[in-house]
Amino acid sequence: MSLIPARRTGRRAARRFTGRDLAVLGVLLGIPVLLDAAIVWGPTLASVMLSFTGWDGVGDIKWVGTQNYENLFTNYPQFWPAARHNLLWLAFLGLVAAPFGLLLAVLIDRGVRFSRFYQSTLYMPVVLSLAVVGFIAQLVFSRDQGALNAVIGDTGSPTDWLGDPDLNIWMVLLAAAWRHTGYVMILYLAGLKAVDPSLKEAAAIDGAGEAQTFFRIVLPTLRPVNVIVGVITVIESLRAFDIVYAVNHGRNGLELLSVLVTDNIIGEASRIGFGSAIAVVMLLVSLGFVVTYLVQEIRGEKNR
Amino acid sequence: MTQSDYGRSGVPGSVAGHRMSRRSLLRGAAVGAGAVTLPALLTACGGGPGGDGSTITLGSNSSDPVPKKAFADAFAAYEAQSDGRKVKVNTVDHNTFQENISRYLQGKPDDVFMWFAGNRMQFFAEKGLLHDISDNWQEYKGFSPALKAQSTGADGKQYLTPYYYYPWAVFHRRSLFADRGYQAPKTLDEYVALARQMKKDKLDPIAFCDKDGWPAMGTFDYLDMRTNGYAFHKSLMAGEVAWTDKRVREVFDTWRRLLPYCQQGANGRTWQEAANSLQKKEAGMAVFGLPHPGAQFPKDEQDDIDFFPFPVIAPEHGQDAVEAPIDGFLLAKKSKNLKNKKTLESAKDLLKWLATGKAEDIYLKSDPNNIAVSDQADISAYSPLQKKAVELVSGAKQISQFLDRDTRPDFSSTVMIPAIQKFISDPNDVDGLVNDIERQKKTIFAAG
Repeated sequence: MSLIPARRTGRRAARRFTGRDLAVLGVLLGIPVLLDAAIVWGPTLASVMLSFTGWDGVGDIKWVGTQNYENLFTNYPQFWPAARHNLLWLAFLGLVAAPFGLLLAVLIDRGVRFSRFYQSTLYMPVVLSLAVVGFIAQLVFSRDQGALNAVIGDTGSPTDWLGDPDLNIWMVLLAAAWRHTGYVMILYLAGLKAVDPSLKEAAAIDGAGEAQTFFRIVLPTLRPVNVIVGVITVIESLRAFDIVYAVNHGRNGLELLSVLVTDNIIGEASRIGFGSAIAVVMLLVSLGFVVTYLVQEIRGEKNR
Repeated sequence: MTQSDYGRSGVPGSVAGHRMSRRSLLRGAAVGAGAVTLPALLTACGGGPGGDGSTITLGSNSSDPVPKKAFADAFAAYEAQSDGRKVKVNTVDHNTFQENISRYLQGKPDDVFMWFAGNRMQFFAEKGLLHDISDNWQEYKGFSPALKAQSTGADGKQYLTPYYYYPWAVFHRRSLFADRGYQAPKTLDEYVALARQMKKDKLDPIAFCDKDGWPAMGTFDYLDMRTNGYAFHKSLMAGEVAWTDKRVREVFDTWRRLLPYCQQGANGRTWQEAANSLQKKEAGMAVFGLPHPGAQFPKDEQDDIDFFPFPVIAPEHGQDAVEAPIDGFLLAKKSKNLKNKKTLESAKDLLKWLATGKAEDIYLKSDPNNIAVSDQADISAYSPLQKKAVELVSGAKQISQFLDRDTRPDFSSTVMIPAIQKFISDPNDVDGLVNDIERQKKTIFAAG
C-alpha cells in the first residue's frame, strides 16, 4: 500500500533530478552494487573458475577441465556420505525439529503455567553459537568422560556416542535440533500472537474442532512464518559446519560438504581447485532451493 | 517482530525505518569489506618494523604456555649475548599457524619462523619459499647426519636449523609394571602376550585415540617401519610404492591383530583422554610422543612415566628406525626485511646461536618434554625419561618424522586421516581401504 505512493513521488521527482541528485543516487546505488559484485559475485565466479583448475595455492594455476568433478564423484570416498549427511540434516531439522518447535509454540501460546520460564529456557540454546553447542555435545556424549555415559552407568562397554560413525551423526543432529527447535518456537510464537482471535472464534461457532481450527485456520494464516522457518531450516542445514567441526573436525561419520570444502582449501592441503569443485556443488544445491523459493514468492506476489 | 513484517518483505514501514535500514546496510557493508581485508592486514602485521638491520621478526607457533615461555627465555638469552640485536616474536595459535602456512609464507612472513623438518619442509623449499642456509650449516657442530638429512631439501641444500625433537615410543607407568610384574616386550609376540595378560588383569591393554586424526598415524608408521623397514616407509610416503602392495596390507593385518587389545572407540577419544586413562591406570600402555603423557600427568607422577621402544616385528629391521619429529627454525624467502643484508646477517646469526647446545639447554630447562638435537647440549640436567629418550634416538639407525610430516600435506590430511579412522571403525575391509587410498593417492601425486 505504501509502495504505490512512494513510486508516484519517485516518478514526479524524476523530472527534477539535478546533477547532484544523480551523483548521490549513483554513489548510493553504485557502492552497494560494487560491494555486491566484489564480495558476492566476484568470489563466486572465481570459485567456479577455480573448480576447473588444479592449484596448490603456491605454484601455477593449471587448467584441468572437469577432472576435479570426475574425481569428486568417483574417487573421493567422503563426498557421497557428506552429501547424504547434508540431506539428512535438512530432513531432520525440517521434519522433526521444526514441527516440534511449532508444537512447543502452540503449547506455550495456549498459556501453560510458567510459560515465560519454558519460553526462555527453550530459547536459551539459540543464543549459543553452534561451536559452543558442539562443545557441550562433547561434554555430554564423550565415551569415557561424558555425562550421558556417567548417568547411564554403563562402564563395561560404554556406547561411543560421538566415535561410532553410525551413531554420531544422530547425536550431533540431536544437538543441532536442540538449538533449532528453540529458534523455530520463538518465530511461531510471534506468529501465533498475531493470529486474530476472532478467526478462531468464528471457526468455533461454525463447529470446528480444535485440530480442525488449527490445521485449517491457524496454520494457513501463519504462512509467512512457515516460509521463514522453511528458509532458515534450509540455510541451517546447508551451512551446518561449526558443530561437527567442534566435535571431530567433520570426519568419521560426520562429513558435511562445508567441511570437505574447508578441509581441501584451508589448511596445509591447499587443494584449491578440488575444494572449489565441492563448493560449486554446494552452490548448485543452494541455488536449487533459492530458485524454488523465489519462484514461489514471485507467484505469491502475483496472486496477491 | 510480527507476522506482517515477514509478509511485506522489502517494503519498509516508515521513512525513518527506511533511512535507518539503508544506513545500517552501508555500515554492514563497510564491516563486511573490513572482514574481507582483515586477513590481509593481519599478515601485513607480520612484517613488523622495516628492516633496521638488527631487529629480527620471528613467527612462532608455540602458543601453549609452557613452550611459549621456554622460547621467550631462549630469545632473551640471545638478545643478552648479542650486541643490540632484538628478536620480535609474533606468536600465532599452533593449529592456525599450521593451517595458514602456505598463505603466510607467500604473503608477508616474518624473517625467521618455526616449522617442521622432513617432507613438510621440503615441500615449501621446492616452491621457493625458504631461504637457503647451507653456509650456516658449514659452521654447525654437533648435529648427526640424520639431522642434516632431515634439514635438507630435495635440491641438496639445507633450509632448517633443528632445535629439539621428541621420540615416539610405547609409554607406560613404571609403578604399574612393577606392581603387576610386567616386562617391557621386545618382540611383537611378547607385546601381544603382555596385552593379553593385561586384558586378563582387567586393564585396557593399549590406550588408543584418533579423534584428532593424527595420533594413530604413529602406530601405523611404527608398524610399517618394523615390518618393511625405513626405506620402504620412505618410498611409500613419497608415493612411489602402491598402497595396494602386499607389504602395506601386511601392516594393516598386523594392526588388526592388535586392535582387540586397544581401547575401543578410538575415533571418539582425544589424545588427552587416552593419556588420562594411562595416568589413571585404566590402560596399560600407549603409543605416544614424549611430550604427550607428560602433559596429562600431575607433577608428582611425572617420574612414573616410562617407555620402551616399539617392539620388533621383522628381525632384519629390528628397532632401527625411531620416529622423532624435529622442530626447528627457518628463514622465509618472501620476508622483505631479509632483502636488507644486515637483517639477513642478524637472522643467520640468530640461527647460529640457536644451533648451539647452550641455546637448547635454555629452552629445555623450561620445557623438559622434548630433547635437544645437538650433542653439545648438556644432558646432565635431564630427567631420567629425557635421558632414556636421548639413548633411544642416538641409537637409531634412521629417524623418521611422522606420517603427516613425511608425505605431502594434501595426501595426509584429506586421504590418510579419513582412511585410518575408517580402518579403526571397520578393520576388516583392508582391500577396499587400500584401493581407496591408492586411487586417491594417484590423483593427488599426479597433480604435482
